Amino acid sequence: MKANIMKKFLLALLFVPVTVFAAGAALHLDKAPNVQGDQAALQNGAKVFVNYCLNCHSVSFVRYNRLTELGLSEQQIRDNLMFTADKIGEQMRVAARPAEQKQWLGVIPPDLSLVARARASEEGSGADWLYTYLRSFYRDEQRPTGWNNTLFANVGMPHVLWELQGQQVLNHETHKLELAVPGQLSPTEYDKQVADLVGFLVWAGEPVAGFRKQLGYGVLAFLIVLFGVSYALKKEYWKDVKKN
Amino acid sequence: MGSNSNYEKYKSDGSLQGKLLEWFDARFPVTSMWRSHLSEYYAPKNFNFWYFFGSLAMVVLAIQIITGIFLVMFYKPDAALNASGVPVAFASVEYIMRDVQWGWLIRYMHSTGASAFFAVVYLHMFRGMLYGSYRQPRELIWVFGTLIFLALMAEAFMGYLLPWGQMSYWGAQVIVNLFSAIPLIGEPLSLWIRGDFVIGDATLNRFFSFHVIAVPLALLGLVVAHILALHEVGSNNPDGIEIKKKVDAKGIPLDGIPFHPYYTVKDIVGVVVFLMVFSIIVFFAPEGGGYFLEYNNFFPAVPLKTPLHIAPVWYFTPFYSMLRAMVWPLFGLDAKFWGVVAMGAGVVILAFLPWLDRSPVKSIRYRGPIFKILLTIFVFAFLILGFLGTKPPEYAFFGLIPGAPVAQLFSVYYFLFFLTMPWWSKIDKCKPVPERVTFK
Repeated sequence: MKANIMKKFLLALLFVPVTVFAAGAALHLDKAPNVQGDQAALQNGAKVFVNYCLNCHSVSFVRYNRLTELGLSEQQIRDNLMFTADKIGEQMRVAARPAEQKQWLGVIPPDLSLVARARASEEGSGADWLYTYLRSFYRDEQRPTGWNNTLFANVGMPHVLWELQGQQVLNHETHKLELAVPGQLSPTEYDKQVADLVGFLVWAGEPVAGFRKQLGYGVLAFLIVLFGVSYALKKEYWKDVKKN
Repeated sequence: MGSNSNYEKYKSDGSLQGKLLEWFDARFPVTSMWRSHLSEYYAPKNFNFWYFFGSLAMVVLAIQIITGIFLVMFYKPDAALNASGVPVAFASVEYIMRDVQWGWLIRYMHSTGASAFFAVVYLHMFRGMLYGSYRQPRELIWVFGTLIFLALMAEAFMGYLLPWGQMSYWGAQVIVNLFSAIPLIGEPLSLWIRGDFVIGDATLNRFFSFHVIAVPLALLGLVVAHILALHEVGSNNPDGIEIKKKVDAKGIPLDGIPFHPYYTVKDIVGVVVFLMVFSIIVFFAPEGGGYFLEYNNFFPAVPLKTPLHIAPVWYFTPFYSMLRAMVWPLFGLDAKFWGVVAMGAGVVILAFLPWLDRSPVKSIRYRGPIFKILLTIFVFAFLILGFLGTKPPEYAFFGLIPGAPVAQLFSVYYFLFFLTMPWWSKIDKCKPVPERVTFK
């Protein structure tokens, strides 16, 4: 009996670190709406990415024809999204070479293929980070670009989506962002646009993720059956092992 | 049981396959090996849950080797930047993830397999501590086991550099720099290991070579030695008594059952359960919440940009905590040097366990309260050390209890547990052991 309690205690100890100490929060991230599986949203996200981001940032691990997985035909991709490549199998890369970007912009803007995975942390998913980041730009005349960001202080990138969002300013008393000059979109519309863009980046981070999960259910179903068979086999053999 | 000469050679029954086997058996120890290691290797019949992890470690080793073979077909150890400005090595991993048929599955199996390997091996080692499996006459099995653990650490460390992400790069930078703390030879030694003044293309290529050839070869050899030594003396069991002391007229242990088919069919059940857990991670959480694939490692390595917080993968963190716990310079030598010593000693001290333990009984079932209490604290200390190793040094529990002194306290406990063992294991109040094995 005592040994049993001991055993259970030792087993319980194995699970301590994951549960007890998951505390500690610093920056607050807004929860990004999950648009995975929503083809219209992901297509829109791809469009926003190509129109606003692909000028400077590649997603070089994604080939244009992979966008067919978002429900687009190759012709649609060619007509609407392919400005930097001739062949449908090419990678989604910026037109400029890295060396030129370095010369023009001072830095090479990072490839964003994996940004949604890399930006994940204890505070939230990579999608949450991006969703918060793209809605946290504000006017700051101290910065060379005229823009700053509450999530990413002194960020090098200007607010590329400012025409859509408008111009926010930071209220230094409340530490909150306020919309000073409205943009083409209402705040709700802008949030939706950003959510779609982030959704596209999440998809681009691991295009196979949807299929991976689907397959997982099949594999587990198979293993459950296999467990039944192997357990029955074990029982059959062990019938003749006497427990004294 | 270990020697093959006791077995008679196979005699054909006249059938084709019988003749074939006879031909082979006359030239190679086919049947004698089968009998001595499987069908007539008598294992105690009371193995419990903890005895699954040895065979599971072999399964994970097989997974790692097979997936590794396929990864090497597509992976490129090259630190140069490609046309998109991404390091070739990093890009080749993503190429595997996206453009290689089933590449994502093979890669996730390999990356999850690394964590699974350590999980299984840690539980396997813990089993040894629970039931005194390292005690006489199994000292050498245990020593081979700690060498396997060391080789596994080297294998994992060098493999982690290969994706060439930020954590790959800076983790390797930190660990290789540790060697520079050794007096006199430290600097040239770390330079020699890297082949460059910083982690670079030369380092990547030699780590690749070690990861796919040198260390796996050593690992396989050690696993064979581990199992040969085990089959020479026979398996321990949860009661920690020798089943060979009670044998029948034919010399077969009364409490022994042939490994095959009894434990092969039982281990298959264990493998299937393991594969379920493994699949749940591979298919639904391959990043393991940032513990199996660190988030920061999705950024390609940038030699000029040091991350704020460099943490090793979870399986190294208990020993990493011990390293960080040493903050005092001693005898005119850097604190860093003593940290390295602590980390190394933390692993090496395990090998001495067979000679540190002086208890009259082997199994926790019959050991006294001192062992039970100290072992419980030991497990707790090891887990907390592991947890703290994933955190920055300034971490505090609930924002209140600073982690650094806790890590120091538990590091001291870790070593004291072993170093004082000869004393407390002797005076502990043990219970009498049974004559025959029991089921609990």
